[in-house]
Amino acid sequence: MYTLRLWAVRNARLMEITYSAVEKTLIAMAPLLKRIGYERLDKPVAAVEKVVKGALFDCQMCGQCALSSTGMSCPMNCPKTIRNGPCGGVRADGYCEVKPEMRCVWVEGFAGSQRMKAGSDIQVVQFAVDHRLKGRSSWLRVVQEKTSADDATSGATS
Amino acid sequence: MNPSTYDDEPVPGYPLPMRAGHSSPGRLERVLRDGHFAVTSELAPPDSADPNDVYERAQMFDGYVDAINATDGSGAHCHMGSLAVCALLTRLGYALIMQISCRDKNRIAIQGDILGGAAMGVCNMLMLSGDGVQTGDHPQAKPVFDLDCMSLLNIARTMRDEGTFQSGRKLSSSPRVFLGAAANPFVEPFDWRPQRLAKKVEAGAQFVQTQYCYDIERLKQYMHVVRDMGLDKKVYILVGVGPLASARAAEFIRSNVPGVYIPDSIIKRLKGAEDQKAEGLQLCVDFMQQIREIEGVAGVHVMAYRQEKHVPELVERSGVLEGRTPWHPKLYEGDATVQQLLDSNA
Repeated sequence: MYTLRLWAVRNARLMEITYSAVEKTLIAMAPLLKRIGYERLDKPVAAVEKVVKGALFDCQMCGQCALSSTGMSCPMNCPKTIRNGPCGGVRADGYCEVKPEMRCVWVEGFAGSQRMKAGSDIQVVQFAVDHRLKGRSSWLRVVQEKTSADDATSGATS
Repeated sequence: MNPSTYDDEPVPGYPLPMRAGHSSPGRLERVLRDGHFAVTSELAPPDSADPNDVYERAQMFDGYVDAINATDGSGAHCHMGSLAVCALLTRLGYALIMQISCRDKNRIAIQGDILGGAAMGVCNMLMLSGDGVQTGDHPQAKPVFDLDCMSLLNIARTMRDEGTFQSGRKLSSSPRVFLGAAANPFVEPFDWRPQRLAKKVEAGAQFVQTQYCYDIERLKQYMHVVRDMGLDKKVYILVGVGPLASARAAEFIRSNVPGVYIPDSIIKRLKGAEDQKAEGLQLCVDFMQQIREIEGVAGVHVMAYRQEKHVPELVERSGVLEGRTPWHPKLYEGDATVQQLLDSNA
């Protein structure tokens, strides 16, 4: 929802703290999640993600969430789905070139990033999206990636 | 001596020998790395299937530009494709900047075009996200946007430097290309624009061409930050300029062309002129001369939409080439091949 989306960006720091808590909880639950099976969990978790992030960010379920690096403004709402915006067409008042009634996702994102602790992540180049991940849970993927990296390091040190 | 004709000139249509440390066997990269102030221009691709329409448009720039941009459905309008324009003109020895937009093709098609373009002698490629389809003559079209300009830059650089497709599959020969991108210092969010340039450099951009500059102060502020960040040493910045045909045209562009900022003072100056068209040309010359003086600017990109015939005059009057004559096919003494090609299509 557009109004809520703008609110979320205005409160990007709060979103950052909240997400960080969600991520920590999920990582703590990783052994349990692993036992149930990530594949089996994907559909229900993705459904929760869709509701929560859909309401807050107009999430499009690209499956590779970049909100932490985009000032909490979902880049998939950019009509050109630019993951490294803003494009050169931004209107003088900060509105979108394609949808004049919408604030530019990246003008908002830049403002959001200034309010975040890890806001400088917006300067990191985001590479091409993997369209196979559309509709899948981004949270579970992050947990899997982070815990498998931990497994690898602990495996290497032990 | 004419600095832009080299001792190792090939027969037009063949690549220049590649210099050590260069990414491409092209003229534009040589001109820029040699420290010359470069001039590029843009060819409006015809709405026709006649190659002569392309040759004629390119010849208008002979002796005044270092490279010609072949636009890729700019403004989301349908025209002859950039790859085809490049194919026609590289055969004559012209230096082309092949524009690639992410709007109409996915990564499979684009990577194929990068190889194809390089095979035909395109030495410069400019990566764009592209205008939205809504701005063009086919608003009912499906926008692709599989990539954005940054991921495309990264993919092109991987193809060149790592010799692989994005998939990791090996190329048997890498495209030797000088990679470019667009920049727009003249629209919001201003504070973020130099950082976005840094991001493009990080992704692989070696040169950028900016949107039309009608606000020299804004450009100076941008360049100030760019220099502080050391970016002018990492990327060649060519500033976009173009003549405005009249005050009415300027007002139309300002309200209808996304990303072009024209201050009121410019429109006032045009309105006050007796001959608005001449004033538009003079304004463009003035901008070119002022841009030439800004530290860190490597050249100008003259976009004279529907006024292409004035490009030589603008470049001449501005004096930005400082007596240099960029290479063009007519300079080649064994011109027979070139002439034959032109004649056979006449």
